[in-house]
Amino acid sequence: MKLTSLTLAAALIGGAALAGEVAPKDVQYDESGAVAASLTGGAGDAINGAMLAGTKSKGNCVACHAITALADVPFHGEVGPSLDGAGERWSEAELRGLLTDAKMTFDGTVMPAFYKVDGFTRPGNAYTGKAAEEALTPILSAQEIEDVIAFLATLKEE
Amino acid sequence: MTKPMGKTLTAITLAAVAFGSVASADETAELVVNGDLNMVTRTAAPAHLSDVLDEINSGWLYRKDETQSLQTDDFDNPGMIFVDLAQDEWDTVEGTEDKSCASCHDDVEDSMKGVRAVYPKWNETAGEVRTLAMQINDCRVNQMGADKWKYTGGDMAGMEALISVQSRGMPVDVAIDGPAQSTWEEGKEMYYTRTGQLDLSCANCHEENYGNMIRADHLSQGQINGFPTYRLKNAKLNTSHARFKGCVRDTRAETYKPGSSEFVALELYVASRGNGLSVEAPAVRN
Ligand code: HEC
Ligand code: HEC
Repeated sequence: MKLTSLTLAAALIGGAALAGEVAPKDVQYDESGAVAASLTGGAGDAINGAMLAGTKSKGNCVACHAITALADVPFHGEVGPSLDGAGERWSEAELRGLLTDAKMTFDGTVMPAFYKVDGFTRPGNAYTGKAAEEALTPILSAQEIEDVIAFLATLKEE
Repeated sequence: MTKPMGKTLTAITLAAVAFGSVASADETAELVVNGDLNMVTRTAAPAHLSDVLDEINSGWLYRKDETQSLQTDDFDNPGMIFVDLAQDEWDTVEGTEDKSCASCHDDVEDSMKGVRAVYPKWNETAGEVRTLAMQINDCRVNQMGADKWKYTGGDMAGMEALISVQSRGMPVDVAIDGPAQSTWEEGKEMYYTRTGQLDLSCANCHEENYGNMIRADHLSQGQINGFPTYRLKNAKLNTSHARFKGCVRDTRAETYKPGSSEFVALELYVASRGNGLSVEAPAVRN
């Protein structure tokens, strides 16, 4: 019940940070691009994270990365490395930094920043091709970022 | 909201076999149209690209076998239907001056040979770089006294295709120096500028990642030697500016308008990245 109303609230206020959440502009990166503190203050839900990673309108991580755990989602891309074993290669803080803004870890990477709302050239209104009229919302919400992190943490090398 | 994933997470062992199987394109195939028209689909990159690419590749190489084969015979190529329609248009009198294209240019096969290969091109009188579409509309308005065609519309795409067919097999050879240079530089700047909330440039996908799958799409070099292209997806001819618009939109950016000075500059630059590839229009794409 509580989760449902939180999700609803996030939708209503257009993704602006909820009380107790770290807003996109307030994310603190360390020198290697990692983000130590949970964006929500809590843990994520790995099952939902898996859904987000495989869903086109959400994380769409599989557009660029193969993820064996999501083998029943069709068409995994090759633009980025396979995410198998990502939960072993990276700490939770590093994964959070990779998701919020991967350029802080990999300078100039093609991987989009999923929790960033400014500093773009010609930002559009989602995929309409029209100019963004309102402030941008991050591609994933704070809770969704934490959910994807929880999912990635389950990806261990076989 | 979370329903199918429990199953997914336990399906780990079904693993990697499922991926990548769509990439059945034959990147070593040779394109010969109608049994005797040999197309150059891969060749040395033009000098201005030597820092970034060794070889340039036609988008045809990245399509699946079935799509590739549709382009090898004009009877199978659905784009040729629109070329035939445009042939009728070529001979149709329209506008206040009582003229058709043929009134001034006679037989399209003679007068338009080689034209596509050098467009977009500097027009001295107008003092601007002109795309084929701009030139077509200029003729319509100033020679025929007819209405402009919509930049990416069916009439325009068809006429561009008819004119392009007269250069099929000839190497793309657009000039990038002299008076066209500043427009070319502007296009180059655009090609490397990352746009939208995904913060991606043309180069991120078509220079750094061609040959890779991005979800279900096999990334090509984004060449325009095959434009206008017939797409199976929308069953019509598609102009390069419509394609550019789609690609910019997909970065979650505000696009430019087809026919805008920005897209004209981008077209000149992208065309020049294909200098040396054969004119293929109308190419067939998925
Ligand atoms: C447009 C392409 C693209 C998308 C979409 C994308 N990534 Fe990436 N990602 C990359 C690339 C490329 C790299 C490699 C870093 C580099 O060298 O640029 C990378 C690196 C990573 C890494 C480190 C990989 C390793 O183990 O070495 C992780 C983890 C990661 N991405 C997770 C994600 C997740 C989760 C999503 C979706 C929410 C996502 N990525 C979406 C392109 C992408
Ligand atoms: C997020 C990735 C991405 C970006 C950025 C991108 N494109 Fe594309 N583009 C694609 C995909 C996917 C296709 C379809 C497969 C293919 O032909 O590469 C495509 C196709 C094309 C084609 C058709 C090629 C053919 O032979 O049919 C052209 C031309 C093109 N892009 C030009 C551009 C230009 C110019 C830009 C920058 C303004 C750009 N693209 C930016 C992903 C992208």
